[in-house]
Amino acid sequence: MLQEYRRLEGSRIAAPDSALAIAMADDCTRFSLRIAEEGIAQAGKAFGVALPKQIGGMTAAGGRLALCLGPDEWQLMAPLDERDALEAAFAALYAKVPHSLVDISHREVGIVVEGRDAALALRSACPLDLDEMAVGSATRTIFDKAQIVLIRQGQDSFRIEVWQSFADHVWGILQAAGREIALEI
Amino acid sequence: MLLIRCPYCAVERPEVEFAYAGEAHIARPQDPSALSDEQWKDHLFIRSNPRGTHFERWRHIHGCGRFFNAVRDTVSDKFAMTYKAGLPRPSEAEIGKARS
Ligand SMILES: [Zn+2]
Repeated sequence: MLQEYRRLEGSRIAAPDSALAIAMADDCTRFSLRIAEEGIAQAGKAFGVALPKQIGGMTAAGGRLALCLGPDEWQLMAPLDERDALEAAFAALYAKVPHSLVDISHREVGIVVEGRDAALALRSACPLDLDEMAVGSATRTIFDKAQIVLIRQGQDSFRIEVWQSFADHVWGILQAAGREIALEI
Repeated sequence: MLLIRCPYCAVERPEVEFAYAGEAHIARPQDPSALSDEQWKDHLFIRSNPRGTHFERWRHIHGCGRFFNAVRDTVSDKFAMTYKAGLPRPSEAEIGKARS
């Protein structure tokens, strides 16, 4: 099946009184980084932000974001125009510190879920205990049947990273949840 | 919902993030060609299937992605403990302690 690329771009879901605002995030550069523990410090230097060491950890600086998703797995996010520079920085590191850096920018889209009822909207399909999720942490989890990476940017601000092919499905559920929240049912 | 503790993430997470992956601590024979068909069949297909304490593999597939091992009671469905892949089978005493 042919799918239009980023077909949800510009879409918004909103409830009154700013209880909930859901919007597609601006496109960005994304890398999946796999590296052994000894290389973490140097990889952090190449990325410009020290990598978090704990699973679920997140570090950010200058528009760059590093998420620790697994024991040796990170997702790196940066503005669109920094892709080539980051690739070059990691390529220069490769001879000394072997690693795998894969460009996954086109695989995913970001959905920003904000507002007083943001957690409520997410709970409609996400089994994660959001009360236990710290601000400034990120984790891979599941949203209905779709695998997502969930980032808690603030108390009432989340970002979902989801594969393009699942984005429609996730958006549809958020739309239904947003409608219920708008109607207060 | 059942919560399972991932030993890598070191947190309890909802069951739907995990996938079951069969019995744990099954060592692949060092020299498969030296085995008879009967022995090879046993390695591939025959599992202990106990009533009670069962050692099994799970994968935190919608989380950190890691395989790990768990001790679960097949009667009550309750998890006694989970531990990282590669660690030896916990002793009766350790399992008892985790259950209490
Ligand atoms: Zn895990």
